[in-house]
Amino acid sequence: MEKAIAIQMKGITKRFGEVIANKDADLDVRKGEILALLGENGSGKTTLMNMLAGIYFPDEGKIYIDGKEVVIRSPRDAYNHKIGMIHQHFKLIDVYNAIDNIILGESFYFDEAANKAKIASLKKPEGNESRKEKFKRNIKLLAARLEKAGAYIKFNWLSRNRGEDIRAIADKYGFAIDLKKKIYDMSVSEKQTVEIIKVLYRGADILILDEPTAVLTPQETKRLFDVIRNMRDDGKSIIIITHKLNEVLSVSDRVAVLRKGEHIATVNTAETSETELTEMMVGKKVVLNIDRAEPKNPIDRLTVSGLSLINKENVKVLDNVSFTARAGEILGIAGVAGSGQRELLEAIAGLQPAATGKITYFKPESNEAVNLRAKTPTQIREMGVRLSFVPEDRLGMGLVGNMDIVDNMMLRSYKKGKFFFVDRKKPKSLAENIIKSLEVATPGTNIPVRRLSGGNVQKVLVGREIASSPTVLMAAYPVRGLDINSSYTIYNLLNKQKENGVAVIFVGEDLDVLIELCDRIMVICGGKITGIVDGRSATKEEIGLLMTKGRQMEQSPSTVGQRG
Amino acid sequence: MKSTEKSAREPFFQIVKRDNLVWWKAWLIRAAAVISAFLVCGIVSVILTKRGFGSFYVSLFKGVFQTERRIWNLFQNISLLLCISLAVTPAFKMRFWNIGAEGQALVGALASAAIVVYFGGKVPEALLLVMMFGAAVAASVIWAVIPALFKAQWNTNETLFTLMMNYVAKSLVAYFINVWVTSGSGVLGVLKFGHFPAIGGYAYLLNIIIVAVLTVLVYMYLKKTKHGYEVSVVGESLNTARYVGINVKKVIIRTMVLTGVLCGIAGLLLVAGTSHTVATNTVGGRGFTAILVSWLAKFNPLYMILTSFMVVFLQQGAAQVATDYRLSNAFPDIIIGMFFFFIIACEFFANYSIKFRLAKKEKKA
Amino acid sequence: MFVIFLFNAIRFSTTFMFGCTGETITEKGGNLNLGIPGIMCVGAVGGCIGESIYLKSLSDISRINPFLAVLIPILFAMLFSGALGMLYCFLTVTLRCNQNVTGLAITTFGVGFTNFFITLVDRTNFNVASKSFTKFFPIQDASNWFVKLFLSYGVMVYLAVIIAIIAAIILNKTRLGLNLKAVGENPATADAAGISVTAYKYGATGIGSAIAGLGGLFYIMDYLNGSWEYSIDAMGWLAIALVIFSIWRPNWGILGSILFGALYIAPSYLNVSFSQKELLKMIPYIVTIFVLIVSSIRNKKENQPPASLGLSYFREERY
Repeated sequence: MEKAIAIQMKGITKRFGEVIANKDADLDVRKGEILALLGENGSGKTTLMNMLAGIYFPDEGKIYIDGKEVVIRSPRDAYNHKIGMIHQHFKLIDVYNAIDNIILGESFYFDEAANKAKIASLKKPEGNESRKEKFKRNIKLLAARLEKAGAYIKFNWLSRNRGEDIRAIADKYGFAIDLKKKIYDMSVSEKQTVEIIKVLYRGADILILDEPTAVLTPQETKRLFDVIRNMRDDGKSIIIITHKLNEVLSVSDRVAVLRKGEHIATVNTAETSETELTEMMVGKKVVLNIDRAEPKNPIDRLTVSGLSLINKENVKVLDNVSFTARAGEILGIAGVAGSGQRELLEAIAGLQPAATGKITYFKPESNEAVNLRAKTPTQIREMGVRLSFVPEDRLGMGLVGNMDIVDNMMLRSYKKGKFFFVDRKKPKSLAENIIKSLEVATPGTNIPVRRLSGGNVQKVLVGREIASSPTVLMAAYPVRGLDINSSYTIYNLLNKQKENGVAVIFVGEDLDVLIELCDRIMVICGGKITGIVDGRSATKEEIGLLMTKGRQMEQSPSTVGQRG
Repeated sequence: MKSTEKSAREPFFQIVKRDNLVWWKAWLIRAAAVISAFLVCGIVSVILTKRGFGSFYVSLFKGVFQTERRIWNLFQNISLLLCISLAVTPAFKMRFWNIGAEGQALVGALASAAIVVYFGGKVPEALLLVMMFGAAVAASVIWAVIPALFKAQWNTNETLFTLMMNYVAKSLVAYFINVWVTSGSGVLGVLKFGHFPAIGGYAYLLNIIIVAVLTVLVYMYLKKTKHGYEVSVVGESLNTARYVGINVKKVIIRTMVLTGVLCGIAGLLLVAGTSHTVATNTVGGRGFTAILVSWLAKFNPLYMILTSFMVVFLQQGAAQVATDYRLSNAFPDIIIGMFFFFIIACEFFANYSIKFRLAKKEKKA
Repeated sequence: MFVIFLFNAIRFSTTFMFGCTGETITEKGGNLNLGIPGIMCVGAVGGCIGESIYLKSLSDISRINPFLAVLIPILFAMLFSGALGMLYCFLTVTLRCNQNVTGLAITTFGVGFTNFFITLVDRTNFNVASKSFTKFFPIQDASNWFVKLFLSYGVMVYLAVIIAIIAAIILNKTRLGLNLKAVGENPATADAAGISVTAYKYGATGIGSAIAGLGGLFYIMDYLNGSWEYSIDAMGWLAIALVIFSIWRPNWGILGSILFGALYIAPSYLNVSFSQKELLKMIPYIVTIFVLIVSSIRNKKENQPPASLGLSYFREERY
């Protein structure tokens, strides 16, 4: 039986400047179903849902709820339409417990009629009352009047049993949670639970979960899915944003696939397959025409073995990672965002001292093995290891936004100045060189880099990192947010480094680029390496499966294929 | 339909952070703020004194420039304020909110006074001055480094910590005065020893020269040295500092040592160069004013010459206005407070622009 | 002797208690208002102006109405100090200026304003008016220690305790407090939950400043019996210390104030030399530093300053 449609989005378009996040997207959600919203990173899933949650406002298109057109301007509007979204980054107050977070900001409805009736009844004396009774009645009357005034200024008490309603919701859907626990004591999964209960408590009938399983263990994921199914059976509509195929197949009723901001199709889960979904998600292979030379004399430059890392939240972000990067070769790293790519590169660069395992560097001159683990960036440099790192967060880590180009050039070399002083001459000529050779569009060298456009910022950063003639070059998402031309500049730079015999490690999100650019592609999922494939023979589907299959690998690690 | 509904519910203007204000526009905004501050100060003084608008400015300028002594006073006061402003600047650049310069300079002054009390007349004057310098710097460094150590190790809130240290320093001064002055008057008279030599007959000249040299040195330190560079990186982005391998704890402590050294010199200037005594109010709130001076100059030592000049000019000029019109000696504080409000508020207009929605709508259509 | 000491300590502590409660409310909303010393001064002079106006309106000083003689200065004090608090808010919340710098400027201005205008206020008969403050409570039996300790203060002492208790209740037990603390902890989260960050910051700072201003008024009209002393700003800095000492809890602030009051006046009761007295005056600050250090080392989340204290909040325009 077809269920009634709860929400319909029609022709939604959303632009951010030049970038089109959603283009003429349609979507409908039925009552009492779990809809999976599937797509690669950057396919516009989250943006589309943010328009339902009142974070963004669509440029074009209409939203209908129960067949009526609605306007959603703010999260508050979304709540009024019974839409609640659980964002990837939780919005919780750390020092509050679960209950306080759930009731935070809740508009308080004062039952004025009941209060009026109460005052009226208290005004009348009940037959013959003693002075004591009269006194009591007057006190009560005063209290009732104050109640009204108090409600007006939100002075209502947090009643001792205010947790009861919330407890009831939690029990109804089978959440196991201690509501008195402080958020800072909670695991990520508990925090997520609080967010879900908060949304339910506000009366949401349509729940949107953005990548809910990204941070969960397999057991927690299973429990979450049980809860989600309970909610569906209760008649609620649930939208799960995800790019994990196995989850889509196991939990959803229907799947809507987005690609590059467009809605490709919505299919019934029961009638589809992994292959079909992958095809819809990644699309036809795009020919990019990136030159790829055969690696010359690929000798081992950097070997990582058994690297593990547990982060501050006590989550294992890297799990027994082993691989080798070779000179004269580009090693691609593919994986959904947040699978441990950042931590892996930071561990190699000496920014994650807590990592365990082995990171060995082979000096090009002598082939002498040097241990890099648990060394600071300064120590690494002092050992003569020429390691360059283009981090994901360009202006927050790789560069200082408020400093000019010359000063940013100095970040790597300021210690080379004479005695006590810094030398700005060499960085200045370096800056001029980079501006010239990489065609950085800037009025001059003394302009704060934050004023440059994204592509030019990246050229400055990559230019600086290459300038120190590295033997290992790590680049995390170096073309994210860049236009086509700038992207090609970066690809060419990486290729040139490769030809010069540098071991290049490239973390990318666009599989087409990875396949065209890299000699080998390592796939990481949930902090584990799920496979290393040859860039020349690999297909997108193959990599896509490795990217999403991490959880299944646990049962059958023997299928990890290492080719090439 | 939707868009009309949207505009009806949204505010008419929005505040947008602006990124690329041309430098001369930014200075124009600041100049406008200074001028309007002066105008409003004039208006307020007319209201308070019921005298002509112009006479306020005449008094103001007379108070600062009329006699040679006043001009010397002006430069002397600027040098003291500037010295303490220089002291707080490196730490601010690092986003370490040290509001304890008052106390840090005070213990410097106390230590140099202590040297005079115990050694004055017993050792040659030159040696005495060197000893005063050493003691002042040592005391101030200790005062400045204690909060820095806790900040580096346990991230203890430095604003509140340094604030409290001011009052401990004040009590310490009061204690020592009572130890030294047995009469119980609580006032340490003018010390006979440990005076800076008068250069060319000018008593304050050495003060001014020292601070001028320090200004250049601090400017060079921040702009030209590796330390200064590290300070800016730590202040701008801790993540970047980590990325290039800067030891943040070390930088915090080292910078506060520098603050201590400069505060110690300020204390020495106060005792040896200016007041030749020490009291709980020797620093006279300059530790706090210095924060404003440094902030208004965007932590640039050369601009700080200008901002400290403006503050001292107003202080001294308004004091003259108060004398001329027989107003309370608190009058300068009111004028300076209002001046600060204008300058502080003008930063908003330099950093943000207000866009009106109606104009935006028309563009779209 | 001890009873008299304690009595005076409690009486003296009232000044801090107002300041501490006011500043705690302000800081819970994320505003580190270093202008509190100036605001307390302005409260004092505002109250004096109100009192002066009231006394002038009387044809004869003997016709003074004790109720009005107290109420009018209180309203004036709150009006003046609240206005200065609003100015602070305008600069830091609306114009997003640096809170430390703005606070210090407010203190400079407030102290100057106060010291300037107090010379213009006609303070004849203030000693008489002050009696309305000190003798408002009817029981004045000095022989009974209980009465002396609990029932013989002026009305403002009780007012300070009541305000502190109400503030504690509001902060911990009501939705108003829950929302306010959320604003101070994480304005972005509060904003997403539909709380108006600006309104809460203005409200908390305005009310907090008005309460703090009463501290200045109390010091002049009650503790000093209507005479003037240029030392209210020192009390203001102690009040800021107290906020830290009481780890942002107004109810602990009551006890903290009494402790600070006792420490402050203790030297006069102890047989110590002048110099030792000065050392004793240091204790409140050292104790505060100690609390600050211990709470940062223990790093217990509940005892930390509000997480966004001192930071301006700017919601980037969404589209």
